[in-house]
Amino acid sequence: MKKKIVVVGNGMVGYKFCEKLISKDVSKSFDLVVFGEESRPAYDRVHLSEYFAGKTAEDLTMAPSSWYKENGITLYLSDPVVDINREEKMVRSHHGIVENYDYLVLATGSAAFVPPIPGVEKDGVFVYRTIEDLDLMQSHAKKAKKGAVIGGGLLGLEAAKALLDLGLEETHVIEFAPRLMPRQIDEAGSKTLQSKLEGLGLQIHLSKNTQEITGNGVIESMKFADGSVLEVDMLVISAGIKPRDEVAKIAGLEVGTRGGIIVNDKLQTSDPNIFAIGECALAHQMIYGLVAPGYEMAEVVATSIVGGEKEFKPFDMSTKLKLIGIDVASFGDAFIQEPNAQTIVFENTAKGIYKRINISNDGKYLLGGVLVGDAEQYNMLLQNTKNKTLLPADPEDLMLGSRGGAEQASSGVMALPDEALICSCEAVTKGNICHEIIENKVTTLDGIKKCTKAGTGCGGCVPMVKDLINETMKSQGVFVRNILCEHFDYTRQELFDLVKIKGFKTYDDVLDNLGKGDGCEVCKPAVASIIASLWNEMILEKNATVQDSNDRFLANIQKNGTYSVVPRIPGGEITPEKLIVIGQVALKYNLYTKITGGQRIDLFGAHVSDLPDIWEELVNAGFESGHAYGKSLRTVKSCVGSTWCRFGVQDAVSFSIEVEERYRGLRSPHKLKSAVSGCTRECAEAQSKDFGIIATEKGWNLYVCGNGGVKPRHAELLATDIDSATCLKYIDRFLMFYIKTAEPLTRTAPWLDKMEGGINYLKSVIIDDALGMNAQFEQEMQFLVETYKCEWKEVVTNPALRKRFTHFVNAPKMKDPYAKFEPMREQVKAAEWK
Amino acid sequence: MEVNHSITITTMIAEQTITWHVACSVEDIPENGGACALIENEQIAIYNFTRRGEWYATQNLCPHRQQMALSRGMIGSTGADNEPKVACPFHKKTFSLKSGECLTGDEYSIKTYPVKVENGQVFVGV
Ligand code: SRM
Ligand SMILES: Cc1cc2nc3c(=O)[nH]c(=O)nc-3n(C[C@H](O)[C@H](O)[C@H](O)COP(=O)(O)OP(=O)(O)OC[C@H]3O[C@@H](n4cnc5c(N)ncnc54)[C@H](O)[C@@H]3O)c2cc1C
Ligand code: SF4
Ligand code: FES
Repeated sequence: MKKKIVVVGNGMVGYKFCEKLISKDVSKSFDLVVFGEESRPAYDRVHLSEYFAGKTAEDLTMAPSSWYKENGITLYLSDPVVDINREEKMVRSHHGIVENYDYLVLATGSAAFVPPIPGVEKDGVFVYRTIEDLDLMQSHAKKAKKGAVIGGGLLGLEAAKALLDLGLEETHVIEFAPRLMPRQIDEAGSKTLQSKLEGLGLQIHLSKNTQEITGNGVIESMKFADGSVLEVDMLVISAGIKPRDEVAKIAGLEVGTRGGIIVNDKLQTSDPNIFAIGECALAHQMIYGLVAPGYEMAEVVATSIVGGEKEFKPFDMSTKLKLIGIDVASFGDAFIQEPNAQTIVFENTAKGIYKRINISNDGKYLLGGVLVGDAEQYNMLLQNTKNKTLLPADPEDLMLGSRGGAEQASSGVMALPDEALICSCEAVTKGNICHEIIENKVTTLDGIKKCTKAGTGCGGCVPMVKDLINETMKSQGVFVRNILCEHFDYTRQELFDLVKIKGFKTYDDVLDNLGKGDGCEVCKPAVASIIASLWNEMILEKNATVQDSNDRFLANIQKNGTYSVVPRIPGGEITPEKLIVIGQVALKYNLYTKITGGQRIDLFGAHVSDLPDIWEELVNAGFESGHAYGKSLRTVKSCVGSTWCRFGVQDAVSFSIEVEERYRGLRSPHKLKSAVSGCTRECAEAQSKDFGIIATEKGWNLYVCGNGGVKPRHAELLATDIDSATCLKYIDRFLMFYIKTAEPLTRTAPWLDKMEGGINYLKSVIIDDALGMNAQFEQEMQFLVETYKCEWKEVVTNPALRKRFTHFVNAPKMKDPYAKFEPMREQVKAAEWK
Repeated sequence: MEVNHSITITTMIAEQTITWHVACSVEDIPENGGACALIENEQIAIYNFTRRGEWYATQNLCPHRQQMALSRGMIGSTGADNEPKVACPFHKKTFSLKSGECLTGDEYSIKTYPVKVENGQVFVGV
């Protein structure tokens, strides 16, 4: 007869138990029944905050309901277990379902701990644990301005970042202890972290004890023990977790004085047929509030139920804070000090970096440490600690990374023993991963994720897995190249040269001669961009359907399927007449109108079938395409310069217009932005551009390889006090060099990062002609400048191209009824998507 | 030009009635790309996979964020057996043009429809 296992709780660990049991129970000798209190199947709580960044509930789901069905698991959702009858060995749910069990696995997790502060029940006070909590927060945040979080620990800081992302004007973090993340980092680390967080816009209050939450039904302010008051209209409590041991208690199982179901090394509770795993279990007198130990518990119980032997050992609690945009990590014994260990500390207050490592007194082993501001070495240090690797003569090298010597950096992974645990969430060792790479030829990150599950938990090990793949391949004598995709065995640079030499002008020519298969959404736009950079022909003539969708419609697609219209406004200079035309067009086609961050005007909400008519009016008024849709030159921003400004030393506007008109329409591996400032006050922010120009008394300073965006980078100085002609010549060379050699979708800053020799090498190529290519670069650029044509003008005057701008081929006049708008502040906005 | 004629075709599995609708002419769908047709009040994306000499049709709605956009996506193929696919222009989720299955690991799938070309006209079976 089949035995039955009942699992109470369908969270991350409860799910992992099911997955492990299914894979171990090959003879299918168990029936599995799962009760979950939440309304949806288990989801990834670790990445919960990504819900605010656009991930959906499905994206976060561990496995869909169909997975449970396919594996014969009975899953009851929205139905918590309320009673356990240990004599009869059966459980009863809230809805009255009764199930017998042979083994019972409690995986009820924990709830947010809410301290008994008067007023916590008021509206606007939240906890941060489930998708429902986040939905509630999101809708409340719409009308809130000032928020606070009680708790400056790992979760509290994550919640604080979420409030920032929700758009609150002020976000405060209230911590009772005198430092942040008191369980993970030391005093000095906390100081560094605090100043970094303040830089993000969080306001941090330490040693603050909240006494009361006031407000009439809804939270209005917080009162503290020191008499101070903070007005807030939203509060998230993240003061720790409380194990969900209530059903265990009812059943008379032993629980700890401060909560948690007591278990032995086999994770059995005081009733040997009942196990407890995950955050509800009190093992070795502690609650392990992380997912990796929970997964290990699931492994232990699944193994012993199918008849194996395994014990749960004290688990490493090293952590790395994800997502907030600041690296923070602690590993091993982070707090051990003299005389029990030697500590080495590195601090750079200007950059906000603090690092500390603790070393055994004999200098042989790494015991633990703290990293704030830069945790790149986290994985290596953790591995060194766990594997008791013998330390090198200068152990500080480990925490500082390679300084000078370029090659050392990644040799680290190869030095690890095969047993080294690379992914602790899924317990995958270096040996497991290398086996897949060497024996089964799995050489992509996705492949490794699929076959070993490494990197699918918290994701912290992903950089290390990538290193392992690259290094192992190298050690196998395989030369690792960044090939474009499965259809081309070439790097972008190789492909660029081949397409040029062979003179291919269509994607099909390139694929037929150099590739295989039918192409995809990765190689098509990359090849389309190469062809455009080389020949500068109208992109919709021969290669329309290989363009990225925005290029194909010469406009950016918006949330409801309509498009935006961005005419070029070089240097941000515009006549009143042209402004009026933009206004008239916007009125006529009911377009939402906004000044962009790039000194021009964006008109949103155009139906695809209206685009040619809209552009016809704009073109007739003297406007051109602004290429806001292309991987091409966007804007050359300008300040007002010496024509009006009392400080200006050169005419920035005239030069920025000249620069913008020179490079307009230039297709490149990624978008290009530029700016010209009229003096060193730098009002045009030229140092944050791919190429930026700043006026000097004698001419111009040229900066290259900066950007804003995801990872802001200041540009580096390439040349000083050059005249306008030299400046353009250098930019020609710089851009052609970039266009020919960068990987697809790589901006100039990361391109320079990867360049051996960095800015000095770049200078030698562009100024000293180290490659002897400059004459060719200039000639190629001149060709592109001379062959420029406005794409929209060509569409407007070409009936065949115009015809492509319809939503329904069989009803060309009809607009997409699905494109919905909502009114907002006297204009419209796209209807919210699901 | 909506309903054209109705025929019964016999498949291996069962007998099924398909109504063929004229969607457009061959030139209306760009080579190696797609376009959308309105058929019986449904938005259907039709793809002219010229490279393979094949035609496909799917729902136009991308199940990810409910956007009417698949006809504007890029088509291509993947894997050892060259599974034909379309990538949604919004977030590049990809779907098999044969089975409608999501190839980027999500739970949802899209509807697919039979297509035939006769005398320069494209027919979709609903
Ligand atoms: C409209 C605008 C926001 C605004 O209302 O102000 C905007 C809107 C978009 N930006 Fe931007 N960015 C706009 C200025 C910026 C700026 C500021 C600037 O240029 O001075 C930045 C940071 C500076 C930089 O790029 O170095 C910026 C950094 C980005 C990034 C991140 C790039 C990066 O390297 O990290 C993306 C994503 C990408 O390109 O992959 C992006 C992508 C986008 C896209 C194209 C997203 C998309 O694919 O739909 C948005 C489309 C707008 C549309 O439909 O027209 N946008 N974007 C601004 C248009 C400027 C213009 O006139 O062309
Ligand atoms: C915002 C956030 C960020 C986090 N970040 C990290 C991180 O970076 N790294 C890390 O390692 N960990 C992190 N964690 C912790 C991690 O999510 C937990 O360790 C993990 O979810 C524990 O899994 P569990 O299954 O034990 O508990 P849970 O995931 O809480 O699952 C328990 C489930 O059981 C249900 N339940 C309770 N009682 C009953 C009952 N009587 N009957 C039926 N069902 C019941 C609950 O509703 C819940 O769905 C984070 C947690 C949060 C909230
Ligand atoms: S406009 Fe830019 S910053 Fe704003 S939401 Fe779009 S991509 Fe993000
Ligand atoms: S809407 Fe299609 S991928 Fe997101």
